[in-house]
Amino acid sequence: MKRVVVVGGAFAFTLLLVAAMRELAPAAIDLRPSVAAHLAASGVEHPVTAVLLNYRGYDTLLEIAVLLLALLGILAVTRDQGGGAPRPVDPLLQMLARIAATLMIVVAIYLLWAGAFRPGGAFQAGAVLAAAMVLLHLTGLLPGWRQPGVRLRWGLAAGFLVFLAVAAALLLAGGLLTYPPAHAGALILLIESGLTFSLGLILAGLFLFLSRDEGDAP
Amino acid sequence: MTSGLIFAGAGAALFAMGVAGVLLIEHLLRRILAFNLMGSGAFLVLVGLAQHHDAPDPVPQAMVLTGIVVAVAATALALALVRRLHGLTGSLELPEAEDD
Amino acid sequence: MIDPLAWLILLPLAWATLAFLLGPGRGAWLGIGGLAGQLWLAVGLAQKVGAGGRAIGHSVGGWGAPLGIDLAADGLSTAMLLLTQIVALPLAIYARAYFKADDPAGLYFWPLTGFLLAGLNALFLSADLFNLYVTLELVGLAAVGLVSAGGGAQQIAAALRYLFATLIGSGAYLLGVALIYGAYGTVSIGTLLPLITAEAPRLVWIAGGLMVLGLMLKTALFPFHFWLPPAHGGAPAPVSALLSALVVKASFYLILRLWLGPFAALADTAASLTALLGAAAILWGSYRAIRVQRLKMLIAYSTVAQLGYLFLIFPLLSGAGALQAGVMQAFAHGLAKAAMFAAAGVLIKATGQDRVDGLAGAAERLPLTLFAFGLAGVTLMGLPPSAGFLAKWQLIEAALAQGQWLIVAVVLAGGLLAAVYVFRVLRQAFLLAPASRDIWPVPRTLEWTAFALAAMSVLLGLRGLELMQLLRAGGAA
Repeated sequence: MKRVVVVGGAFAFTLLLVAAMRELAPAAIDLRPSVAAHLAASGVEHPVTAVLLNYRGYDTLLEIAVLLLALLGILAVTRDQGGGAPRPVDPLLQMLARIAATLMIVVAIYLLWAGAFRPGGAFQAGAVLAAAMVLLHLTGLLPGWRQPGVRLRWGLAAGFLVFLAVAAALLLAGGLLTYPPAHAGALILLIESGLTFSLGLILAGLFLFLSRDEGDAP
Repeated sequence: MTSGLIFAGAGAALFAMGVAGVLLIEHLLRRILAFNLMGSGAFLVLVGLAQHHDAPDPVPQAMVLTGIVVAVAATALALALVRRLHGLTGSLELPEAEDD
Repeated sequence: MIDPLAWLILLPLAWATLAFLLGPGRGAWLGIGGLAGQLWLAVGLAQKVGAGGRAIGHSVGGWGAPLGIDLAADGLSTAMLLLTQIVALPLAIYARAYFKADDPAGLYFWPLTGFLLAGLNALFLSADLFNLYVTLELVGLAAVGLVSAGGGAQQIAAALRYLFATLIGSGAYLLGVALIYGAYGTVSIGTLLPLITAEAPRLVWIAGGLMVLGLMLKTALFPFHFWLPPAHGGAPAPVSALLSALVVKASFYLILRLWLGPFAALADTAASLTALLGAAAILWGSYRAIRVQRLKMLIAYSTVAQLGYLFLIFPLLSGAGALQAGVMQAFAHGLAKAAMFAAAGVLIKATGQDRVDGLAGAAERLPLTLFAFGLAGVTLMGLPPSAGFLAKWQLIEAALAQGQWLIVAVVLAGGLLAAVYVFRVLRQAFLLAPASRDIWPVPRTLEWTAFALAAMSVLLGLRGLELMQLLRAGGAA
C-alpha cells in the first residue's frame, strides 16, 4: 500500500513539475554578462573557476568544511579498524600501479594549473590524487589508514587552514574573501594548491580509513 | 522544447525516483544509491533549467560542482555508518526503531 | 575594525580545525575560548543592530548580490545568533566535564561541534539560497556525526535514520533552489524579494512548497518527526542538548525567513495546514512523553511537542506579536531543553541507568540538578515569570486578536500536558531511594551548568522586552 502511494506520488510529481517547467518564461536576470565583465579582475580566466573561487568563493570555503567534517564523522564512527599487513599482489600489477600513480600525480598538477583557464582546478586535481592513492592501496602498495597521527592530521587540515588564513587576512584588510585584483590570481593559486593536497588526502581518507586488509577480522 | 528542458525534465524524474527509493528501499546500500540518484536529479534540473540561452551559464555549473562535493561527503558518511552497523549487527537493513 | 558577521563564521571554523589537530584535551579549551569570543561578537552585533535600527550586511568578495553572496544580520538573525552562542557556551563547559578522557564519543566532539556552530552561524547570516543549502548540509552532517560518534548499534541506526531524513529534506530544498534559479536567474534573497509576486508561475509555487516541506522534515514537524526521538534520545547528553536546542531551530528559522521574505506573496495558503500539524505535534509529542520509559526519550518527545508551538504562529503572522512569540518560544525552548538534557545527563550518570522509574533517590543527592530540571519544566509548562510564559502569552494574545480560538485551546492544553510529564520525572526523583541503590558522584560543573541554563530560561522572561526591541529594530518584526 505504501509502495503504491509513494510511487504514484512520485509519478504525479514528475508530471506536474515537467508541465510547470514547460510554461516557464526566460529568467529575469542573466548573470553571464556580470561574470564576463569582472573576469579580468577575478584573477582567473575561466568563468566557472572564477565563480567557484572568487564570486562564490564563500560557498567553496563552506564546502571544504563539509568534506572535512564528513571525514571527521567517519573517524568518529570508525574504531581501530583498518591497517594491518597488506595483501600479497602480483608484482606486475604493482609495477603498473606505480607507473600509473606517477602519471596521475603529473595529471593532477596539470589539472590544478589548468583550472585558471580551462575546466580543471583544485577539486578535479584532488580527486585524481586520491584515485592514485586508492589505486596504490588496492594493489597492496599503501596500507589502509588507522586513526590519523599528527602529521596526517596536518596534511588533512592544511588546505582548509590555508583557505581560512587567506580569508582572515583579507577580512582584516578589507572584506571577507575580497581579493585585491592585482594579487587575486596568485592568492587563488595558493589556495587551490593547498586544497589540492588536502583534498587528495581527505578523499583518499574517505576510502582508506574504512578499508580493511586481509589480516583483520570482519 | 529546448535541450535544456529535456535535461531538466529528466532531472525531475530522477529526483522523484530517488526520493521514492530512499523512502521505500530497505537495503541500506541501495538506499544510499537512491539518494545519489536524487542528488543527480536535482543537479540536472539546476543546470538544465538555466540553459534557456544559447551559451552555457557558469553560475549553476559552479553550484553543481559544490553540490557534487557535498553529496560525496554525505555519501561517504552514510557508507561509514552502514559499514559500522554491518560490523555491529551483521545486517544491511535498519533494525526496528526502539521507541521507548 | 572587527566585522562581527564574518568573524562569527571564521572563528568557529578555525577552532574546530585546530581542535582536530590538537586532540580532545586542548580541543575543549579551544572550544570554550572560541565560544566566549563568539558570544562577545554576538552581543556586540545585537547592540549594533538594536541601536542602529536596521540590518547590517556584508557582501562577501565585495561583489554584491546577485553575482556574489551577501551576509545579512537583521533582528531575527541576530536573535538566533545570540541564542546559539548563549546556549552553546554553558554546554561546552558541561561537555568538557562530561566526557571522560577515553570516551570514544568525546574524541571528536570538539571539532564536530565547532563545525556545527560554524554552520549554524553561517546559516543565520546568509542571504543566498544556495549558500543556505551548503550551510544546511554542514549543520546536518555535523549533527549526524555527533549522534553516531562512538555509539552502539541502536545509536548508529538512529543516526542513519536521521541522516536519510535530513538528506531528503535538503534534497527537496536543493530542488527548490534549482527551480528558483531556473525561473529567475538568481538565488539571492534580496534580489528575489521584489521579483516573486502573487502571479508567479506555477514552478515557483512548487519550488516554495518543496523548500518548506524539506525544511519541515528537518525540523521534525509532525508527521515528519519519526527520526527525532531515537536520535535525540540515544545520543550523549551534551549532543542531545545541542541538537534539540539549536539544530532544529535552524531549519525553523529558515522556514520563517522564506515565509516572510521571498515567498511572502504565496504563503497564506499553507498557513492553516501548518498550524494544524503544529497542534498535532503538541498533542502527540506530549502524549508520547507521558508514556515512554526512558528519561531522554521523554525529553526528546517533549522537543517534538514544543516545536509544535513554533508552527502555530504561521496563521497569525499578519498581525503583530506572532513573530515575537515564535522567537521567544525558540529562546525559551532552546535554553530549557538544553538545561533539561544536561540535567538528564547528570541523573543518568549518577543513577547508572536511564529509565524514569529508576530515578528514586536522586533528589536528596542531586538537589541542584533537580532544581534545574524543575526550572526548565517551568519554562516548558509556561509558568510566569519564565520566557516560556512570555512566549505563550504573546501567542495567545495574537491568536485572540485574530479570533483563532482553537490555537488558544491548543496552547493551554499543551501547557497542561507538559506539566504531566515534567511532574512525572520530578515525582520519581523525590521518592526515597531503595537501600540497594548507589548514587555515583558527579562533577559539580555538570550540575552548575545545567542550573545556569535553566535559570536563564526563567530569567529571560524578565528581560523579554529587550529581545522584542531587537526584533523590531532590525526590521524583521
